[in-house]
Amino acid sequence: MISPYPAVTLIAVLFGALTIAGGLVWAERRLLALWQDRYGPNRVGPFGLMQTLADMIKLFFKEDWVPPFADKWVFIMAPAIVMFTVLMSFVVVPFAPGIIISDLNIAVLFFLGMSSLGVYSIVLAGWASDNKYALLGGMRAAAQMLSYEVFMGLSLMGTVLLAGSFDLVDIVNAQRHMWFVVPQFLGFVLFMIAGIAETRRLPFDLPESESELVAGFHSEYSGMKFGMFFVGEYIGILLVSSMITVLFFGGWRGPVLPPIVWYFIKTCFFLGFFILLRAALPRPRFDQLMAWGWKLMLPLSLANLLVTGAVKLAFFH
Amino acid sequence: MATVYIDDKPYTADPAQNMLFTSLTLGFNLPYFCWHPAMGSVGACRQCAVKQFRDENDTRGKLVMACMTPAADGTRIAIHDPDATKFRAGVIEGLMTNHPHDCPVCDEGGECHLQDMTVMTGHDYRRYPYDKRTFRNQYLGPFVNQEMNRCIQCYRCVRFYREYAGGRDFNSFALRDLVFFGRHKDGVLENEFSGNLVEVCPTGVFTDATLKHHYTRKWDLQFAPSICTHCGLGCNTSPGERYGMLRRIVNRYNGEVNGYFLCDRGRYGYECVNSPQRIRQPLLRREGVAQPVSRAEALRAARELLAGKQNVIGIGSPRASLEANFALRTLVGPDHFFAGMADDEHRLLTKMIQVLRSTPARTPSLREIEQCDAVLVLGEDPTNFAPRLALALRQSVRQQPFAATDKMRIPRWLDHAVREAVQDDKGPLFIASTHATRLDDIAARTFRAAPTDIARLGFAVARALDTSAPATSMSGEAVALAAQIAQALKTAHRPLIIAGGGLNSESVIEAAANVARALDTVGKEARLSFTVPECNSMGLALMGAAPLSAAFAAVKDADAVIVLENDLGRHMPQPALREFFERAFHVIALDCLTNATTERAELVLPAGTFAESDGTLVSSEGRAQRFFQVFVPSGDIQESWRWLCDLGALRENSEMADWKELDDVIIALSNAIPALAGIVNAAPFSGLRLAGEKVPREPHRYSGRTAMHANINVSEPKPPDDPDSPLSFSMEGFPDQPPSALIPFFWTPGWNSIQSTNFYQKEIAGPLRGGDPGARLIESGASDGSGYFIRVPQAFAPREGEWLVVPAYHIFGSDEQSLHSAAIAEVAPKPYIAMNPEDAVLLALRPESLAEVKVDGSSYRVQVRVRPDMPKGIAALLVGVPPVVGVHLPAWGTLQPAQLPVEGGPERAA
Amino acid sequence: MLSIIRTLWDVFLHAFRKRVTIQYPEQKAYLSARYRGRIILSRDPEGGERCVACYLCAVACPVDCIALQATEDSTGRRYPEFFRINFSRCIFCGYCEEACPTYAIQLTPDIEMGEYSRQNMVYEKEHLLISGPGKYPDYNFWRVAGVKIGGKDKGQAEREAPPTDLRSLLP
Repeated sequence: MISPYPAVTLIAVLFGALTIAGGLVWAERRLLALWQDRYGPNRVGPFGLMQTLADMIKLFFKEDWVPPFADKWVFIMAPAIVMFTVLMSFVVVPFAPGIIISDLNIAVLFFLGMSSLGVYSIVLAGWASDNKYALLGGMRAAAQMLSYEVFMGLSLMGTVLLAGSFDLVDIVNAQRHMWFVVPQFLGFVLFMIAGIAETRRLPFDLPESESELVAGFHSEYSGMKFGMFFVGEYIGILLVSSMITVLFFGGWRGPVLPPIVWYFIKTCFFLGFFILLRAALPRPRFDQLMAWGWKLMLPLSLANLLVTGAVKLAFFH
Repeated sequence: MATVYIDDKPYTADPAQNMLFTSLTLGFNLPYFCWHPAMGSVGACRQCAVKQFRDENDTRGKLVMACMTPAADGTRIAIHDPDATKFRAGVIEGLMTNHPHDCPVCDEGGECHLQDMTVMTGHDYRRYPYDKRTFRNQYLGPFVNQEMNRCIQCYRCVRFYREYAGGRDFNSFALRDLVFFGRHKDGVLENEFSGNLVEVCPTGVFTDATLKHHYTRKWDLQFAPSICTHCGLGCNTSPGERYGMLRRIVNRYNGEVNGYFLCDRGRYGYECVNSPQRIRQPLLRREGVAQPVSRAEALRAARELLAGKQNVIGIGSPRASLEANFALRTLVGPDHFFAGMADDEHRLLTKMIQVLRSTPARTPSLREIEQCDAVLVLGEDPTNFAPRLALALRQSVRQQPFAATDKMRIPRWLDHAVREAVQDDKGPLFIASTHATRLDDIAARTFRAAPTDIARLGFAVARALDTSAPATSMSGEAVALAAQIAQALKTAHRPLIIAGGGLNSESVIEAAANVARALDTVGKEARLSFTVPECNSMGLALMGAAPLSAAFAAVKDADAVIVLENDLGRHMPQPALREFFERAFHVIALDCLTNATTERAELVLPAGTFAESDGTLVSSEGRAQRFFQVFVPSGDIQESWRWLCDLGALRENSEMADWKELDDVIIALSNAIPALAGIVNAAPFSGLRLAGEKVPREPHRYSGRTAMHANINVSEPKPPDDPDSPLSFSMEGFPDQPPSALIPFFWTPGWNSIQSTNFYQKEIAGPLRGGDPGARLIESGASDGSGYFIRVPQAFAPREGEWLVVPAYHIFGSDEQSLHSAAIAEVAPKPYIAMNPEDAVLLALRPESLAEVKVDGSSYRVQVRVRPDMPKGIAALLVGVPPVVGVHLPAWGTLQPAQLPVEGGPERAA
Repeated sequence: MLSIIRTLWDVFLHAFRKRVTIQYPEQKAYLSARYRGRIILSRDPEGGERCVACYLCAVACPVDCIALQATEDSTGRRYPEFFRINFSRCIFCGYCEEACPTYAIQLTPDIEMGEYSRQNMVYEKEHLLISGPGKYPDYNFWRVAGVKIGGKDKGQAEREAPPTDLRSLLP
C-alpha cells in the first residue's frame, strides 16, 4: 500500500498540510463571520483568500524578538517542537490508497505518542517566557493535555478492538461494511472531545484564554515564532479531523468519487464542525474541565472499552 | 501656646494670632478674600465665616469671622458646620451677582483666588436674574491692566497701595455696590510697587499688563526658582516661560528676603530676556563688521585667539553668577582675573565687606529690616537704588507705634484697629541724602546735603552716641539733628543704619560703620545694611580680584582679553573705553544683550540670561542664593560658565576639563575661595532625588506637549536633560513640596492662585518649610577692637562756577538690563540734571531746557529739572540711562545752557 | 448536553441571516451630528472667530495635542494667534469640546482624515476654522462677557447695567 514515490508523497503531504492550515485560517475567519452575521476578511484577493498570505508576510516582517528575561534557547525551541510533533503525526495518516508516507503497524500508538510530545512545546514555551501569564498557561496546558490524553487513548481502543489492528490502513479497510462510528459512537464522541482538548481549541483553549492570561503560553511570542504556534494549532485541527475520518468514518471509502475526494469531504466536515464549536460554545472553568476529564470522560471511555471487549468476546470470537 | 478646637479636634495655636491664620496654618481650606498674610485682618468680606461655640456643651454657637476671632486658649470653632458653610456659599453667591462672564478671557483665570474660593464653597449657578453693574476701566500705565467689572470690593488693593506701599494716587471712589478702585483719572500708577496689585487682587481686576501681550495661563508656564538680577537685594522670583519666551515674573515667597512683594523693576524687567537686542548667535568681527557665525566657527576663531597664549586676561562682572566669574578666573588664572568694577565701586565694596566683618553689627535680611524700629539712612535713595528695601522701610516705621497698640491690647493682626489707634504716628526714620527721596513722607527728619556733609552727620551721630568716637564740627542745626538721631537709635530695640553704594562715598560707609560701632559701645545691638549696585556685586567683591584700573594697566601686554557679561562702558567713561579698545586688540565678550562692549569685541559669544542659566548670586545682605534655569534657549546660547569651559578646553585647562555640571564648578569654587565656601548650602546639589524623582518645572496640568513642536516635526522631541539641578524640564516628577530653594511655583490642590503660598510655610507669613532659602556668607564677629574710622571728611564748600555733580538713580532706567524691557523703557525718565532754583537762575537754565554738563571727562546734553530739594552748589545727574553711563560721580563739573541743536536746516533757523 | 446542541444549531442558522457589516468605503455609515470626529473651530453668528484663546481645551486634552497662543486685536477682542491640533495624537474624546466655554471648538462627524505622512495630521488654524457656527447657531460669547470689544461697549452685554457714573452723588 506504500506509494511508489515516497519522496513525492512526503513533499505533497507536507505542503498540503501547511497550505490547508493556511486556508483553514481564512476559512475559520470567514465561517466565524458567517455565523456572527458578518463578512470576515473579504478584501485581499478574491473572497479575501489572500488574507492569510498577507498575514504571513506581515508575520515574517515583524521584529523577531526574544525578551531579554527569557530562557533564550528553550524559548526558540518551543514553537519548533509543536510544528515537529504535529507534522510527524501526518506520517501515518492514510489519505487514500497509496497516499501514505509510512504504513506503520503501530500507527495509532505513534499518533498518540506524537500528540503526547506536543505538550512539551507548550510547557516549555510557558516556562521559557519567564512571564507569570505564560507560566500559568503552560501549567494549564500540561494538566489539561495529560488528563485528556488518558481517555483519548482509551476511546480509540474500541476501534482497535473492532479492527483488530493498530495499523490505520487496516482500520480503514475494516470499515468496508460499516463505519465504526455506528458501533463506536460513544468512542467517537469521546475521541472528538479529547481531540479538541489536545489541540487546545475553543472551548478548551484555557492555556491561552486571552481574557484572563493575555495570550497564555505564547504571550511573549511575536513574529514567526508566534506564527509557528498559530499554524501548529491549525495543522493540529487538520490532524484530529483526519483521524476522526480515518478511525470512525471509513477514511477514503465512498462511492463514485475518487478516494482522496471522499477523504477531503469527510475531513472538511469535521473542520467546519470544530469551527462551529468555537463560534457557539463558551469556555468552561478550568476546574470544570478537569472534573469532566477525570470524572466523566475517563469512566465513560473505560465503560466503552469494557462493553466493546465484552461484545467482541461474546459474539465475534 | 494656646489650645483651640477646630471641628471638635484640639490643636495648638499662637494666641497672638487669629483663627483664620490658625486654620490656614493647620492646613484647613477656609475661604477668605480681604485678609492678606502681610496686611492682617479687616473683616470686610465676610467670607471666612465659621461657627464659634462657647464650650463643649454649646450646641447652638454663633457665626463669627475667623479672621476677626483671636486664637485664644479654648476657642472652639467649626469650619464644616452646615450654617457656616451655607453662609460662606451665600457670600460668594452675592459677590457673583455682579461678576462678569469673563473667565475665558480673564488673565487671572487658572490662578484666580475668586475662582478657587467659588469652587471651594460650591457656588455654581447665578440665580440672580437682574442686571450686573459695570464700570469703565482706567489706563493705569504699562504695568497694570484694570478690568473693574470683576471687582468684588475686598479693598485689598487700596490697603496695599496706600497703607502698605505708601502710594497716594490710588483710592476707592463712589459708594455702596458701585465702589470703584483706581486713580482720580487715567494715568500711570506712581508707586514703584504697583505690580503687586496683580498678586494682591484676589480676582482679575488688576492683571499683569506685560503678560497680556503674550498671554499664557499659569498651568502652561514652565517655572524655575530664580533670583532677581535688577538690583543687589536678591529678591526671589518665579519666572515663567512658554514657547521659548519668558512670559512673566511673579513673586517667589522667601520669608527672610522679599516676603510677598516685589518691586516693579523686578517684576517687569524680565522682558530684556526676549529683547530684539539679544545676542543669539556668536558674532565674529572681520574688518570691523560683525558677522553671525556658527558655534564651530566661533570656537575656531577663539582657538586662534587663545590657544597657547600665555597672557590672556579676564574681566569678570558684578552681574554674572559666581560660577561664571570663577570659571573665567580659572580659565585665565587668578593673577589675570579682574573684577570688572570701577575702582571707586571696588573700593567701596571692599570697605563694606571689611566693615561688615569687623563691626559688631549684623547685616539684616529684609524681613529683619521690616522689624527694625529706628532707622538712619545715610546717603541712600532706597526706592531708586534698592527698591524692595524702601517697602521694607515703610513697614519699619510701624514698629514703634506697635508698642503703643500692644499696650492697648490691640492685636497686631487687627489691621484697621491698629491703624486707627496709630493714626499718623510713625517710628523714627531719618534720611540723609543729596536730594529728596520717595521715602521722605514717612521720615521723621530729612537732611539734604553734599556727600561729605552726610558722612559728617554720620560721624556726628556716632559721636553723640559715644564720646570716644571722632568729633566733627558742624552747624548747630546739624548737631541737634545728630543728637536727635542718636537718641532715637539709642532708645530703639532694633536700630538700623543703612548706607551703601549709591553715593559712591567711602566716608559715608565709614560714618555708618562708626554709628553701628558706637551703638554697640552703648550696649545696643545694631544692624547695618549696605546697598550694592548690582545683583552680584557683593559676590564678586568676596572673590577678591583687582578692579578695572589694574585690568586697564594689564591690557597692553595681553594677548587677548575675555570680558564676561560686562559692558565696560558702564564702568568707565567714554574716553577711557575708547582707549581700552585701542590698547586691546583681541577682545572676546560673552554677553546676552548688545552693548558698547559687544559692539567692539572681536568675538562675541551668546551668553544665557538669568532665565537660561543656573548660578549663585550674593545679595547685599551677604546671602548666597541660587537661581535655576527656567528654559533651554534656542540656538547657540548657553551659560557663560559653559562657554568658558569650552574656551578652557581650547587652552587645555586641566581643571576645567573635569567640570561637567554646575556642581563641579560650585565645589571647585568653594574649595578655592574660603569666603565663598558657604555657597554649597544655598541650594541642594543636582543629585537630589525626592522619592526617586526630580522636581518638575512645569505644573502637572501643563498642556500642549504633543502639539507645541508639531509644526516643526510631528515626532515630539525628548525633554531636555538638566544635569545642573534637581529640577527637570517636565511636568512629571516629585508631586509634593520640594525643598524651599527648589520651589519653582506655588500650587496646592484647590488653591491655584499665589495664595497657595500659605501651605508652603511653617506658619503663615513665616519661614518656608525647611527654612527660607539662601546661605548667609557674612556674619559680623564680636567687636574686634579695630576702633572707629577717624578720617572725618572736610565739610562741603560750594565752588564758584563749578557744581558738585552727584548721582541720582531712577528705579526705571538706572538698571542696565531692565531698561531693555519695553514696559520699563516706557516709564523710564530721560537723562536729566536736577538743581536748586537759585543755581538754575545763576546759570540761566530754565526748567525743561537742555543743559550741557561737563563732568569726569565727558560731556552730556541733558534736560534741566529745577527742584527746591536740591542743596545749593550740588547738581544731581540721572545716571544709568544712556548716554549717561560710566561716569564716576560725585565729581565737580560745569554746567551751561546747551546750544540749540542745528538739525532741521535753514527753514528751522528761519 | 441538549442545550449545547441547541446552541450549535442556533449559531449555525446565523449563516442564513442578513449581514450587519457596512461595506465601507463603498457604503457609508450614518454618523450623527454629535459624532466625535474631526475637530473644527467655528464662528459666531456675526461671523467673528468664536475662539477666545482661553486655553481650556488645551488643558482638558488628555493627550496634550492642542497648542495655541492668545493674542488680542486693537479693540481688545482676544483670539488665537495660532491654534494647532496634532491629530496624530488626538483620541477624539471630545473633552476639548466640553471644556470650551464659547462653543468654538466642536467635533464633527467627519472621520475620513487618514494620511500617509504623520506630519500631515498636524492642523493649523487655517485648517480648523470653518465659516459657520457649527452645532450651536445662536451663541455669541462676547454678548454675555463683560469685557469691552470693538462694537460692544461696557454695559452693552446681556443683563448689564450701563457703566457706573463715578461722579454721581445719588445713593
